[in-house]
Amino acid sequence: MHKLIRQILKTGILPRLPSRRRDAVLETGAPGPSLTDEIGRALAVRHVDTGSCNGCELEIQALGNAVYNLAALGVHLVASPRHADVLLVTGPVARAMADPLRTAYEAVPNPKRVVALGDCACGCGVYTANYATVGAVSPVIPVDLAIPGCPPSPEVIREAFQALMRPRLRGSGIRGLMRRFMARDG
Amino acid sequence: MTDHDPRSAPAWSRLPGPLPVNHAWVDARLWREIAARCHAEDGRLGSLWGSDERPTGSGFVVHAILVSQEGWHWISLKAGDTNPRFPTLSDLFPEAARQERALFDLLGIGSGAPDTRPWLRHEVWGPADFPLRRDRADAPPAARGADPYPFVPVRGEGVHEIAVGPIHAGTIEPGHFRFSVMGDEILRLEARLGYTHKGVAKRFEAMPLATGARLAGRVCGDSTAAYAGAYAMAVEAVSGCAPPPRALWLRALLFERERVANHLGDLGALCQDGGLAFGLTQFGLLKERWLETHRRLFGHRYLMDVIVPGGVACDLDATALGLLESEGTAVLETTRRLEDIVDDHAGLQERFLGAGRLDRAQARALGAVGLAARASGIACDLRALWPSPPYDALGTRVSTRTGGDVAARVGVRFDEIRESLRLIQAILAQLPPGPVCAPCDRAEGLLGLGAVEGWRGRILVAITRARTSGDHHVHIHDPSWQNWPLLERAAPGDLVPDFPLINKSFNLAYSGLDL
Ligand code: SF4
Repeated sequence: MHKLIRQILKTGILPRLPSRRRDAVLETGAPGPSLTDEIGRALAVRHVDTGSCNGCELEIQALGNAVYNLAALGVHLVASPRHADVLLVTGPVARAMADPLRTAYEAVPNPKRVVALGDCACGCGVYTANYATVGAVSPVIPVDLAIPGCPPSPEVIREAFQALMRPRLRGSGIRGLMRRFMARDG
Repeated sequence: MTDHDPRSAPAWSRLPGPLPVNHAWVDARLWREIAARCHAEDGRLGSLWGSDERPTGSGFVVHAILVSQEGWHWISLKAGDTNPRFPTLSDLFPEAARQERALFDLLGIGSGAPDTRPWLRHEVWGPADFPLRRDRADAPPAARGADPYPFVPVRGEGVHEIAVGPIHAGTIEPGHFRFSVMGDEILRLEARLGYTHKGVAKRFEAMPLATGARLAGRVCGDSTAAYAGAYAMAVEAVSGCAPPPRALWLRALLFERERVANHLGDLGALCQDGGLAFGLTQFGLLKERWLETHRRLFGHRYLMDVIVPGGVACDLDATALGLLESEGTAVLETTRRLEDIVDDHAGLQERFLGAGRLDRAQARALGAVGLAARASGIACDLRALWPSPPYDALGTRVSTRTGGDVAARVGVRFDEIRESLRLIQAILAQLPPGPVCAPCDRAEGLLGLGAVEGWRGRILVAITRARTSGDHHVHIHDPSWQNWPLLERAAPGDLVPDFPLINKSFNLAYSGLDL
């Protein structure tokens, strides 16, 4: 036990990751209205692999490590789509996974968002539509946010989640911003 | 060899490349005889697949790679033009069964084996539609026939089934597990895979061999270096290309770093599943820093696109070598400390010991390869048995454990991290100077085989080319073909709640197998 505690003390507490400007990462697809406006602070995410090479999964797993600490952001991965706000889809859609994907999508309660993670989910990547592959995620179910990359780095995925959670600006530009801040102060 | 040796009849020809592979065309009688001989000599089936060579007049062709003490034998059989058939090898090598079913789904070549259930086809393309036939228009499949998969039932009072998947509860790849249970005890487990089948072989046919490297590195993301390495070896074999020594040493460095990354990740997950979240945090952090080094020095956290036909697309300067060396020393030290903690942790050991046991005889009978085989006492490791440069100069110490349980698979992972770190230091110290890539764009040979001991086990890539048309076929073989049946054998007798831990201790591939 003492060895374990020594190792914990030796590791220490890692610094919080700085959050950068979030829009920069969202090359394709515009985020819909912020989910957190509708459901509160935390996001429950259900991951569905529809044919990924497992590279994107490795980065989703990495998001849980002490450096990226996704949970600290208020995002957690859940086991059932019924508990989820967000469906996080990886891989091109293999034909045998199209129906399971639709079923999972329908099981997520409204309001919900779909995030396509990785080049394959966004646009089929190195694969191509053929007898066994339908293609990207978007023709199968509607996609709200696309995160390109092969695989996208954990920083980028983390920032995309932050964007999804960013409070919606009512109105546009500076006036909308001002209204928000005034509303908060008042 | 004596005059009666059936191997004296076929005309063996040695293929280019570092592996001792001999190839021969055989008829149906020799096909069986050579396989039976290999089986009698304690050899194994490396892989079994087929291709459509009708455009060049060879009809449908079935290939098998047999690996025995004597070396590697690649046999090819012409299975005919219409109603193609070949004699099954699944009675000799059980690991052939699913490969033969997949072969039928893709090409319609029948093996005559008793299990005729589809493996890859699911319900998404019709039963008489064979997508790898070259005359098939590459259109989406027309009709869906509904054919519920007949799992082998277990009957008896109190027996019920638990169906899991294809979407699993965790962040893992899709597949279906069918458990037959009595109370909490698993009586039988049958896996149904193929959900992530993406038509990779068809995709390869349409890609030039050089660009195929990108795809080869993306069939199984956690083994991208090993896959790209095996693919590059196969392309080099058909192109008469010898990569420069420095490239081969750098490749070995990448293979070993990939092995360490995966073992670290698995150890973290195994600690977590065993109830020690501390382990996940610690190993997760080690792995994360290891991956960041990959990004800095090789441009990709998982090493995608670093190995290319002809060599590697990276080089290391003295600073980088120093950094890798000191990182290796630090990781070794931390891993030792963590191993101590894991070994001393009674709760964890209680979960690991005896769980998912697979003894040596069972593992042998199923044709086990790689890490799982070594944890059941079978010392099979390409790096030691058929070392290609630089492993011939490095000398790999193969780790084996005899327990065959989760604890043994954990133990082998620790051993292999230490051994890989030793190899890495040796590579860094002896890295030869010179160029890192040679031109590799003139495919002339007809057959090429590449093999790399990935972290799961032996990955094979076989390329066949037609002399006249230049058409090629790329076959990829993941060790999970052999090892999924091990998991199905190891789980019965254990409790359902222990399954995630047992499953993780094997951590087999889905995408790499479904293709
Ligand atoms: S985007 Fe890249 S890493 Fe992700 S599934 Fe596709 S090939 Fe794999």
